[in-house]
Amino acid sequence: MNVLIILIPAALALGLVALYGLFWSLRRGQYEDLEGSAYRILQDDDIEKK
Amino acid sequence: MAASPDYSHFVKTDADGRSRLDLAIDGITCAACLDDIETAMKRSPGVILARLNLTSHRLAVTFDAASIDAGRLTGALESIGYRAYPYEQRQVEADEAARFSMLLKCLGVAFFAAMNIMLLSISVWSGEATSMPPETRDFFHLLSALIALPAAAYAGQPFYVSAWTSLRQGRLNMDVPITIGVFLALGLSVYETKHHAEHAYFDSAIMLLTFLLAGRVMDQAMRRKTRAAAGNLAALKGENALRFAPGAGEGQEKDADNLTLVPVAALAEGDRVLVRAGERIPADGVIEQGASAVDESAITGETLGKPVTPGDNIYAGSINGEGALTVRVTAAGHSSLIDEAARLIDAAGAARSRYMRLADRVSRLYAPVVHLTALTTGLTWWAFGASAHDALVIAISVLIITCPCALALAVPTVQAMASGAFFRAGLFVNDAAGLEKLGEVDHVIFDKTGTLTLPEPRVANGDEIAPDLLELAGRLAHSSSHPLALALARSARAAAPLADVRETPGQGVAAPYGDGEARLGSAAFCGATAPGGEADASAIFIRQGERWARLLIRQTLRPDAGKVVAHLRRKGLKIAILSGDRPEAVAPIARELGVETWRGGLKPAEKIAFIEDLASKGAKALMVGDGLNDAPALAAAHASISPIDAVHLTQTQADAVFLGERLAPVAAALAIADQARKLMRQNLALAIGYNFIAVPVAMAGHASPLFAALAMSGSSILVTLNALRLRGPGKGVNLLLQEARGGSPSAPRPGAPPAATAASSA
Repeated sequence: MNVLIILIPAALALGLVALYGLFWSLRRGQYEDLEGSAYRILQDDDIEKK
Repeated sequence: MAASPDYSHFVKTDADGRSRLDLAIDGITCAACLDDIETAMKRSPGVILARLNLTSHRLAVTFDAASIDAGRLTGALESIGYRAYPYEQRQVEADEAARFSMLLKCLGVAFFAAMNIMLLSISVWSGEATSMPPETRDFFHLLSALIALPAAAYAGQPFYVSAWTSLRQGRLNMDVPITIGVFLALGLSVYETKHHAEHAYFDSAIMLLTFLLAGRVMDQAMRRKTRAAAGNLAALKGENALRFAPGAGEGQEKDADNLTLVPVAALAEGDRVLVRAGERIPADGVIEQGASAVDESAITGETLGKPVTPGDNIYAGSINGEGALTVRVTAAGHSSLIDEAARLIDAAGAARSRYMRLADRVSRLYAPVVHLTALTTGLTWWAFGASAHDALVIAISVLIITCPCALALAVPTVQAMASGAFFRAGLFVNDAAGLEKLGEVDHVIFDKTGTLTLPEPRVANGDEIAPDLLELAGRLAHSSSHPLALALARSARAAAPLADVRETPGQGVAAPYGDGEARLGSAAFCGATAPGGEADASAIFIRQGERWARLLIRQTLRPDAGKVVAHLRRKGLKIAILSGDRPEAVAPIARELGVETWRGGLKPAEKIAFIEDLASKGAKALMVGDGLNDAPALAAAHASISPIDAVHLTQTQADAVFLGERLAPVAAALAIADQARKLMRQNLALAIGYNFIAVPVAMAGHASPLFAALAMSGSSILVTLNALRLRGPGKGVNLLLQEARGGSPSAPRPGAPPAATAASSA
């Protein structure tokens, strides 16, 4: 049963990381525009013009 | 006159001295628009950043106010085919956004806790079979408590706050039994953990919160989406007004340099605005100069123009006739008409606030019954010799098992689905209770002007006139500012205007065409002989060479009004028309639609009296109306709908607002609401049915945590799936409306009594 000492904190830590991810994305306004972001990746405006 | 409007009212300046403007954009159809718009904005000089939100159709532009004028930005968008108008975020919308992100955070926390506690709980349950040492079980329970208590404190906030508010007002809502259930489950589990007992209910409490929060997030997401779309529509409707610079425009000559085009929202009390012929009055005010006749049909329903002279009050939304007016803006709500409407709304609204939501009605019965059952169970066990501790544990387990998870999900899930369906049908729900009320109506009462008819007059006899002559009239009409010409230009949808058009004020317009001349205007101007007048229409004449024709301009019915009215009647609803317009103008419409009960020339109080009379006979009326004079009636009726072009005060009274030229959304609203109401009742029945099975098990003392978890999630999933049926096969809006679309227009039923009940109070 000693393995529990590693497994339970590991499970909790993984969950907390995911939870932090949710709070972080909410704070960064990533739920503001769920449709637009999908297309924004196709834009070329971040490529330097030669 | 300024070429582009002055939007400085909407521009915000941030700390770095950069300006920011939020625009609502119309015309976005696909993802490519995103690129189009942002590129066009970035090419404009002075624009620093432009970001389009493809979900809410809004554009945020950051720019340097010194090098580009805000009005030029919308000009640039218009040149690539998108209509834009500054958008001011209203407080409600900001509140909804904050609430959504709060609910999402709560859901995240609850979900995290539920997953981890389940991990521990399932180990305990399976450990029972494989003889897990009691120390390990206690350790797992302790860990669960450490996760559950902070998580429940955080994620349960929306419920605790709502339950507390409701209790303080002396009422019971669904959140009260939820809060009691969560607290008892947690309290009992902590106690049991401390005493090394076998069962703990941490997972039940947290799972309950997770399920409920998921339902609320779904509901809130839908509400936020419709709110954003409605906000955009309101912004895009925003009009501009010609405002005099302070102190200018006193003389007879109108100095064009002293006029600026400003958004209506920027007008303040005491501003003076110029309203040209055929324009909409931008704000309530008093006439300072000029005389004209104004069309107040948006306010009173009366379609005949009302003559006005300096000193008269006029109202926002009415349409100016032929003369130019200088209007001094007064604060809204200072006119006798609006005061009267507001007073009637207050009186009528009192009855309305007594309406109790289905869920609240159920929870008012549910909570006492459940708590009484738990008490009786505990006392009975105790009386039959169980220890006080055991009796208490069983009583609390009854409460945990009956904690209204499915019951609390039963209504919100259907509501979220229904507002989605409303949205797709071109309707916005103002008020969630409206959805339930719409499902109950048995009478539909229409206003005439602007509701059954289109808000703007159109050519009524278009099919009697040679098409080329009609087109010519439309092209000529583009060059005139006369209200009739504007109506003509709108309905003819003509191509380019003619060149070299001369306008003779008060007479008509003329232009060279072919080898002769084309004229549009009064009978005398066109050398035509006017046949006998029509009471409810204005005539305008077109002449080209030897040919001439008379165009009748009048309020025309919405294109599908006949079909929709016939459809509603077939559905067994009683139809009536209540109009503020003259009885002579209402009669032909009522005849055309086959409506037997109609009244004309009604004042707002008389409309209310009619509705209250129906209500006293036990009927539930839906009022559909758009004018200011309809607002009190909308507030008095059981449920209400208004078109999007209705005046502001009226829209806020309506339960739902519909878009577009067609009346079909009204039928759709009733069909969807009816369906939603059925599903809500089914869901409530399912949830209560579940309790009938689960409660005896708990009363017998067999409600283990595993049983509670299975029963709770099972019933929650069941009601959610049932709610999804609103979108299922055969329930699409189009299918529900197929009959309305394909039905024959208003053929009177065989054997129907002759139209004899018509009466008028005028």
